[in-house]
This record gives sequence, C-alpha cells and structure tokens, in this order.
Amino acid sequence: MASELGFEKPIIELKNKISELRTFTEEKEIDLTDEITKLEKRLQQLERDIYGNLQPWERVQIARHNERPTTLDYIEQLFTDFIEMHGDRLYGDDAAIVGGIAKYKGSPITVIGHQRGKDTKENIRRNFGMPHPEGYRKALRLMKQAEKFKRPIVCFIDTKGAYPGKAAEERGQSEAIARNLLEMAGLTVPVVCIVIGEGGSGGALALGVGNHLHMLENSTYSVISPEGAAALLWKDASLAQKAAESMKITAPDLKELGVIDGIIREVKGGAHRDLVQQSESIDEILHESLTQLSKLTEEELIEQRYQKYKNIGQFTYVNDAIPLNKG
Amino acid sequence: MLKDFLKKKKRYATIPSERAKQEVPEGLMTKCPSCRTIMYTKELKNNLHVCDSCGHHFRMTAYERFDSLFDEGSFVEFDKNMIGENPLNFPTYEEKLEADRKKTELNEAIVTGKGTINGYGAVVAVMDPRFRMGSMGSVVGEKIMRAVEQSIEMGVPFILFSASGGARMQEGVLSLMQMAKTSAALEKLSRQGGLFISVMTHPTTGGVSASFASLGDYNFAEPKALIGFAGRRIIEQTIRQELPDDFQTAEFLLKHGQLDRVVSRLEMKELLTTILDIHAS
Repeated sequence: MASELGFEKPIIELKNKISELRTFTEEKEIDLTDEITKLEKRLQQLERDIYGNLQPWERVQIARHNERPTTLDYIEQLFTDFIEMHGDRLYGDDAAIVGGIAKYKGSPITVIGHQRGKDTKENIRRNFGMPHPEGYRKALRLMKQAEKFKRPIVCFIDTKGAYPGKAAEERGQSEAIARNLLEMAGLTVPVVCIVIGEGGSGGALALGVGNHLHMLENSTYSVISPEGAAALLWKDASLAQKAAESMKITAPDLKELGVIDGIIREVKGGAHRDLVQQSESIDEILHESLTQLSKLTEEELIEQRYQKYKNIGQFTYVNDAIPLNKG
Repeated sequence: MLKDFLKKKKRYATIPSERAKQEVPEGLMTKCPSCRTIMYTKELKNNLHVCDSCGHHFRMTAYERFDSLFDEGSFVEFDKNMIGENPLNFPTYEEKLEADRKKTELNEAIVTGKGTINGYGAVVAVMDPRFRMGSMGSVVGEKIMRAVEQSIEMGVPFILFSASGGARMQEGVLSLMQMAKTSAALEKLSRQGGLFISVMTHPTTGGVSASFASLGDYNFAEPKALIGFAGRRIIEQTIRQELPDDFQTAEFLLKHGQLDRVVSRLEMKELLTTILDIHAS
C-alpha cells in the first residue's frame, strides 16, 4: 500500500470503515449491504472531490511522493532492449542522470532522464536526482550520438534542480546547463520531453528543450522550488504552500501559460498507484508525438523548436507606442 | 578562559563625526570600497568607473557602457519601449516594475542596440543590475532574442554584457523559459557562423549564468565579478563548509577553465576591436 498523504486522510478513513463493515458482515452474518453501498457511493464522491480538485500544494506532494515512478520505472515499461550507457568522457559518471539506447515499438530511440532514488540509500547514491555538470555532459553526449544515428530522443524530467555544490561550480554547472540548452535547440532529430515529477529550474530545463513538452497531471515545473520562492520573496520558507499557488507551477498552469503541449492524465490518486496504467497513458501521448514529429525534416524540426520557445513570454509597449524596430 | 583571552576582540568602533560627513557634499567624492581611496566622482566617471589606484570596478549603467564602446553617434537602440507585464498576477509586481522604471529611467533590465566599435559594426546588449537586480523575465529574453536575430540579419557580431541575479521570480516559469529562448537564438547565430562574445560583469548568476552568458565563442569577465550558478549561501548550507574568499569570482572561473580571459574595463574596447578585426579579415 502506498504511503498516504495528509489530504488523502478522509478517503483512507472511509475505506477503512467500509472494510470493517465487510468483515463484520461476514463474521456476524448480519446483512449490512445497504450501509456498505451507501458508504461506497460516498467514497466515490469523496475521491472525485479530492482527487478531481487537487490544489497546487497537493500536487507538489504527489510529485514528490517517495513511491512516485522514476525514469527507470518508465523506461522498463515503455521500451525494450534498454542498454544504459555511462559517463561524460570528460570527468565521470553522474548517477543522477541515466541514459542509453533502446527500442520503442521496434524502432531505435535514445532515452535520457533524471534519476532519483526511492529510499535513502539509493537517494544518496543518486544525489537525490540533482545532477552535477558531468550528468548534463553525459546527457549531451548521448543526444549528439542520437543525432548522428538519426534516432529520436525522449527525455524524462524529474529533479529538484541542479546540485548547488562547490565541485559543481568548479566544473562549470552553468556552462553545462547552458551548453545543453543551446545544443538541444539545434538537434536535427525529434526531441520529446516529459516532466514526470518535479521540474526544478535550470537543472530540469537542461534536459527540456524539445519539440514537444508534456507534463504528467500532478507534476510541477518551476523557476524555483516553492520553499525557495517563499524564502526569497517573503523571507519565510514556511509559506511554501502559498508560493506553490502564486508561482503557477502545475501542469494546468503551464498549459495556460503556453509553455507545454500536453497534459498526461494521471491514475486516480497519482502515478504511484498504478505504474502499468500510468505508463500506458504516457505511451499514448509519446507515440502520438513521435509520429507527428517523424514527418518533419531536419530543418523543420529545428524551426518548430525555435518558434516554440520564441513565442514564450509576455510583454507590451509603453503607452502602446509602435516599436521603433520590428526586431 | 585562556581561549577567550586569546580571541581578538574589537575594542573600538569608529563613528564618523557629523562634521566629517558635512564636509563632503553628497556625490562629489567617492570612496573606493576596496582600497578606501577617496576620489572625485567626476574623475571616476571619466575613468569608466574604475578606481585609479586599485583597479576596483564600480557599477556602470547600461548607457554608460554603450558610450564606452560605441563610436560617437553610431548607437541606435532597439525595442526601447518594450515593458513587462504581470503574467502570473503576482502581487505588487507591477508596482515594483513601475518603481524601477522611475528610479533607473530604464524600461527594463536590458538595453539593446547596434553601433560601431572603432568602425566595426556590432549588435550589443547590456544588462543593468539597477533594474530588478538585472533579473531576466519575458522582456529581457525577448530583447536578447530580437537582438540576436538582428545580428544574424545584419551579418555582424553579437556582444552581450551580462549583469544579473538570475531569473525573475515574479514571472515564474516564463522566466525560466527565457533561458531556452535566448540559447535557441544563439544556436541559430552559431549555426550560421556568427560570432558571439559574452562579457560577464558583476554579478552574473543563476539562470543568466546558466544560459546565454556562458555561451560565448569567447567568454570574458571583468575583474572580481561574481559569477556562478548557485548562490554562495545555498552552497554553504548544502555542503556545510565555508567557501574560499575568491569562490565564484572571475579569477576563480578563469582558474577553473570557465573563462577565456579576465579583462579590465579600461582595455575592453581595444580587445573587442582586435577580435572584431580578426573576425572581419
């Protein structure tokens, strides 16, 4: 049983009550079917109310759920013949990013993603999914390789952010991220990016410059964590919940802002409830994206990506003045 | 305790007398925070805001930067009237933009334009940290992208002077996406064989350092400029150890192979001219 989040408590309590009544019916041979049916109806309503109307902060909690499926979970479900490749050929191998080659519905593909752990031990090994420069450089190496062999690229985004450490700075965290942004913009093969958990700032974006960008319904994507935003804007990290609301970080928010192409529906209660079913929803949209993109030429792929990012942003002109140059 | 005894304690504090303060009219003199030399503000300005005795680089406005580089009368500004909106309906953001517009007489944290540097044409963008700490929101991203497109169209190099605290929080994920947008523009320039020179000035951090500022064909920085991805305080909290004094300075980056050169502002125009000349030949 997946560990429960605070806001799910009413659902759990009701579920427990129903199973108690069931046991009671069986043991004492007293017919409580009517009561049970009534409660089950209430449970359905309650689930609709809670899961159908998740608040930003609740989605943050689901996105961070310990048991939420990771990149490797989805790779296993979606692809065959996955072979993980290691190292950036410059410094080392970063376990916070995984990548390799595989087949998707029989065709070659390169798949890359942030990789966090599900328990403390694995999280330490994978640095909580927070990459160093060598992670981004490994990802870039694999992307350029995909380009060489003309296979599409799928990136799974799932990180709190690039690691803020001394060694990361010394080895050029900024340059590693920046280089990926530039190089991804120019890739001649289709790139599909899917945010599966937390999309934390530049560290997420460094795997996120794609032709299509999708988000799982309960994933988040933001310029700074809610805690960080609260600390910065109101000098109080405990206002994270408020920040999660103001910062517009959920999939529906990003769709409205014109940043993402699609929202991938999640299993009721979150992706961790049913990996197989969740993978099927991802499969559907991934297949659709790759089919669409496979029709574009190399130049068209670059141009489509260019226009996509070019159009992101909101601005106006002083006094509605006509701009002096069209730019 | 002996330990306490050995600890150095500050015994005196110097409080400047009221008279001393009054003797110097505001703005006439400036004290260098690095070597404490007191100099005429006017002379400091004439020296491109570089301390004559120790070389400390003071902050410079975007327009002063253009003046220091472009041949007289050659500067044509782009997109001067572009201003930000409040896409997330973030509380007090519009007021803050308005206040900074008044305070700085700038419409946003970057000025872009074209001109000539000792006769060589270039498109130049200069960030100004007085406006919202030089942070990058939609307008900064859009103006950079347009400037890069201009440089492609005109077939002249693009030079950018960065000075920024990073992404603009109040525009949320739209700010983040400006990193991809500006980098995509630079990719286009690069693919067409165009030259991009990045000059990092104090400070160049966060999303700006992790996008266009690090993507120059040549990456330069002014002396002692703070340059880095994550904030010093965050790193210290993460690794639980103190960082060296020169951490994330231009000199630190040079030592770690992240920069081509550290360049004094006084030599900037000459260096750029030489590079533009080499590329024009």
